[in-house]
Amino acid sequence: MANYSTNEFKGGLKVMLDGDPCAIVENEFVKPGKGQAFNRVKLRNLITGRVWERTFKSGESLEGADVMDLEMEYLYTDGDMWHFMKTDGSFEQYAVEKKALGDTAKWLKEQVAYTVTLWNDNAISVSPPNFIELEVVETDPGLKGDTAQGGSKPATLTSGAVVRVPLFINQGEVLKVDTRSGEYVSRA
Amino acid sequence: METDWRPTASIETLRERARLLAVVRAFFAARDVLEVETPVLGHGGSSDVHLASLSTQAATPAGRERLWLQTSPEFHMKRLLAAGSGPIFQLARSFRDGEVGRRHNIEFTMLEWYRPGMPLPALIEETSALVGDVLGRDPGPLRRCRYRELFRDILSIDPFTTALSEIRSLASERGGLEMDDASRDDCLDLLMSLAIEPTLGHEGIDVVVDYPASQAALARRHQDSEDGEWVASRFELYLSGMELANGYDELTDAAEQRQRFTEDNASRRALGLPEVDVDERLLAALEAGMPKGSGVALGLDRLIQLALGKASVAEVMAFATPRC
Repeated sequence: MANYSTNEFKGGLKVMLDGDPCAIVENEFVKPGKGQAFNRVKLRNLITGRVWERTFKSGESLEGADVMDLEMEYLYTDGDMWHFMKTDGSFEQYAVEKKALGDTAKWLKEQVAYTVTLWNDNAISVSPPNFIELEVVETDPGLKGDTAQGGSKPATLTSGAVVRVPLFINQGEVLKVDTRSGEYVSRA
Repeated sequence: METDWRPTASIETLRERARLLAVVRAFFAARDVLEVETPVLGHGGSSDVHLASLSTQAATPAGRERLWLQTSPEFHMKRLLAAGSGPIFQLARSFRDGEVGRRHNIEFTMLEWYRPGMPLPALIEETSALVGDVLGRDPGPLRRCRYRELFRDILSIDPFTTALSEIRSLASERGGLEMDDASRDDCLDLLMSLAIEPTLGHEGIDVVVDYPASQAALARRHQDSEDGEWVASRFELYLSGMELANGYDELTDAAEQRQRFTEDNASRRALGLPEVDVDERLLAALEAGMPKGSGVALGLDRLIQLALGKASVAEVMAFATPRC
């Protein structure tokens, strides 16, 4: 991979730092009135998701990271690995470890497309679509007529996620959920 | 639709900018300081290790020559002083390679002025008055901060006497980077930028004085009367956590100037940086005699940014570097 110097750092650039692939979030050029210039850089570690703040002497460089985001459909799990397939018609499959799956585990649904991040052709993280439709498998019985009042209750969805839903929602209903906030949006 | 052609400043901001340029000119007209224009291209460049100069090739009567885009109008203006110009100011386009960010642009406007016979404290007062006029409001009280005391108060180290190993580990911890081979000045620069600068200029104008002698650039050096340390006779002015201006009790000694050029180029060689052609005409001017006095360079785009409450210098420039 190419090397990138600090003045090429910009949001989204993928670089290697301490052996891990990172995405640059922010790059701030700092320089005293007279003296050495530095770049104050925020990077998101693509494996742990943590954001690091590091300073570099201006002109230093980092190796680029071979990182790609690809759209893939979730197929199934064999208990150890979770299997996804590229949606570009190649039918190429990737097996994803539990660690890389992270929180996305609770939003999995077959035939839905996810964004799988590959580093050196290995899956390192999976992000769900912003909205997903899932069926309620367990919740307290619905309260008829109580559509206007506030009030909510927990509901377990087919993927395992538990979300707060209005009191009128019943078991078996399909809901639209925002995966970023984990909040109920509407009936599907 | 492609919108990259659009200015980085709004037309309304550019109107305000034009108004503030008129304020600057009125400030100097009222004080009988002559406006001058000196070349952007010069045969000499800045040898400062921390400034990267741009250069170009030009066909001149002397043949094909390398000319340097000036990092500030300092050398040409000093030649005018030596030629008897008296007090002068300039709104000068200046160029510094690689400097792009919220507070930096490769090409920018330096407001630089020289006051023969004026002692540094008086120039500090004048610079603060200029800042107030451009802001259009009272910037608050002027506070003089000694470099040494800032480091003692904010970081509990002494920039002159604390062991280098201790300064390195503090710089490394604050910055999250390896500083094992860094010089004392590089460590101090990092700490100044990350830990001290953000705290300055929030209740008024803060002026930092008595920098280490090793950071004198083109200022005189003197021995501090209080603690005996050799310090640079220069100041930096801070407002809202941002450095705005850099002023010197100007070095006028040709031999010492040549010595500093030579030292800079030696440091450049050691760091693997390109050497810069020494400005022989500046040295000849100093030999002929430049009047003693003070001078200051102020980043006008930053001051306009503060005056107009913008978040970056790009927002007060018609076309910042990424769109130029």
